[in-house]
Amino acid sequence: MNPLEKPRMPGFVYRNITFVVAVLLFISFFGLGSVLFKNFFSLQVFCNLLIDNSYLLIAAIGSTMVVIIGGIDLSVGAVIAFCNMSMSYMLTIMKMPLIPAIVIVLLIGTLFGMLHGWLVTFKGFQPFIATLAGQFIARGACYIITVDTIFVDNPFIVKAAIFKIRFLGSFISVGAALAVLMIILFQIIAENTQFGRNIYAVGGNEQSANLMGLPVKRTKFLTYTTSGFLSAVASLVFMLYVLSATGTHGDGLHLDAVASAVIGGALTSGGVGLITGTLFGVLTQGTIRTMITFQGTLSSWWAKIATALLLLMFILIQRAIVTGRERSHVSRKVEAVDPKAVDPKLISEGNYAQ
Amino acid sequence: MDKLKTLARRKETLAVIALTMLLLFNVFFTPGFFSLELKEGHFYGSLIDVLKRGAPLMFMAIGMTFVIATGSTDISVGSVASIAGAVAAQMIGGDFSTAAGSAAASLTPLPIAIAAALAVATLCGVWNGFLVSRLGIQALIATLLQVAGRGIAQLITRGNVITMYYKPFFEFGTGYFLGFPICIYVVLAVALAAYLFSKKTSYGLFLESSGSNRSSSRYAGIKVQRMIWVAFAVSGLMAGIAGVLIASEVKAADANNAGLNYELDAILAVVLGGNSMKGGRFSLPGSLIGALLVQALTTTIYMKGVPAQTILVFKAVVVIVVGIIQTTDYGKLLAKFIKKRPAGVFEVEK
Repeated sequence: MNPLEKPRMPGFVYRNITFVVAVLLFISFFGLGSVLFKNFFSLQVFCNLLIDNSYLLIAAIGSTMVVIIGGIDLSVGAVIAFCNMSMSYMLTIMKMPLIPAIVIVLLIGTLFGMLHGWLVTFKGFQPFIATLAGQFIARGACYIITVDTIFVDNPFIVKAAIFKIRFLGSFISVGAALAVLMIILFQIIAENTQFGRNIYAVGGNEQSANLMGLPVKRTKFLTYTTSGFLSAVASLVFMLYVLSATGTHGDGLHLDAVASAVIGGALTSGGVGLITGTLFGVLTQGTIRTMITFQGTLSSWWAKIATALLLLMFILIQRAIVTGRERSHVSRKVEAVDPKAVDPKLISEGNYAQ
Repeated sequence: MDKLKTLARRKETLAVIALTMLLLFNVFFTPGFFSLELKEGHFYGSLIDVLKRGAPLMFMAIGMTFVIATGSTDISVGSVASIAGAVAAQMIGGDFSTAAGSAAASLTPLPIAIAAALAVATLCGVWNGFLVSRLGIQALIATLLQVAGRGIAQLITRGNVITMYYKPFFEFGTGYFLGFPICIYVVLAVALAAYLFSKKTSYGLFLESSGSNRSSSRYAGIKVQRMIWVAFAVSGLMAGIAGVLIASEVKAADANNAGLNYELDAILAVVLGGNSMKGGRFSLPGSLIGALLVQALTTTIYMKGVPAQTILVFKAVVVIVVGIIQTTDYGKLLAKFIKKRPAGVFEVEK
């Protein structure tokens, strides 16, 4: 048999192998939990995963986009804490009406994103220095507002926080529903809009994207801005979840967000990743945490170590896949000479430049 | 005039000027900043305080300089410090009941405990170096894994704050010799060793070269991967020393708070010292001055009565400003100011 004619995987699996691995991992973890613990296998446990991680889901969308473009956002947790703090302060202490407060919070998050985008894109900062600085600014600004804990007592917020959307005998919270909507929305944006396709192109190879005439700088700037905006949205959901604000909220959340993106199939070298993959990244982490809760005797920091191990494992798997592909590409080049062998669909998909 | 020009081109100059300006500011606006008292044969005062509190940061800055010289960054230093502190505390321990007398006994001999703590810290550095240099995982992702390091530190201390009662161990952090804190002498000794290591052995040269241009260094026969590995190991060791120092100063190991937020401080110190984030030529004295500058800034802010937590904002703003100063191309800016740029046929971004 000709060694060049290797049996190929189906197109979707080949292109998104890391995503498929993430889904399988989640299913196996959930299955493991169901086997080990009583009452684990139920729709409500799954819904609780969505409820408990609703803010992480939304924040992780932004992190995923930044990872796809080849950067990193370390500011997620701190920006959520600061937005949550400002929102709680405006509602509880200043007694502001709800709508203006929401608008201001979304603006704050977007401004943080714009700051990171500006530093990375136009000032040549390394992404994590810029976002680390942003993290410190947001964290410090929390304490400038107040060092105390603020409890939210806005009647509408409290009502929204306890509202349950019921279906099939179980329920999800408003925040979880919003998170799922955001995942769907950003999956569509990433796959079907020019901005979304540009992110993949720039992340895959910045130089070629530039030579193709894509707006590299604008795309980068907008990606970081989107991440900041999503952190602000996440902070609203976070407030619904905890109904209070302190400066230490969301500590280390950026690790969870980046880990979700990577476990969900985003390559740390950029260019590859799916927003829906991040959903499974978050769910897998949530399952680990739930299993630790069900187990009962392990401390919560085991979750941290487990997440880190999982992250490491995934980076290693990615590494192996990427090196493996680079090797097989050398042999595949022979086929690519034949123009008929090129899938015409790929050409139309690759046509970013309009 | 020529001498002045070379002086202006030196990396440390900016840091020295900034430090001088900060001290001058304090002469006029912070009363009591320069008062130096001699009590019981020890010097007391804000200046000594800056040296003493800055010691852990100076250790970390030394290690960070090596890592940054290779073009990577180690953001695990804070966690590694907490791991080292936890190991030391766990091994020294001590019993409160006998502490009421004088020196309580240590569980393990002091040198062994410290050596173990430093060995564990170095191992952490080696692990980071392995991920970065052998597996080619970006430095950031590899070191982000170290955020789990605090989890490991908590594993060692079983989630408690471990208090130590063994007096000789405290000498490192709180003792005095000839009027000055002992830790300052240790900083000087380590800094001198690191300086000689980087200037008098081929390692320093190879390090600078592999940071400036990776591929040409490889063609010149330098084992670039090994250079990076060694740099991370050194950074781990330095973070370990800092962690032991912190533990000895507070007489306890707190896995959650020891070395917290030191990562940015260490990067800030190195960058303020005139070292480029892109790697290449580096200056250890510059990093040390940078560390002092960061600490002096912190102490000044404390003495001005600004709430402690807001220091984070100050430091972040300083990082951004210094970064912008470093990355701005002044020649181009000036040229733009003087005459309009010639119009190209077509302009591609970047």
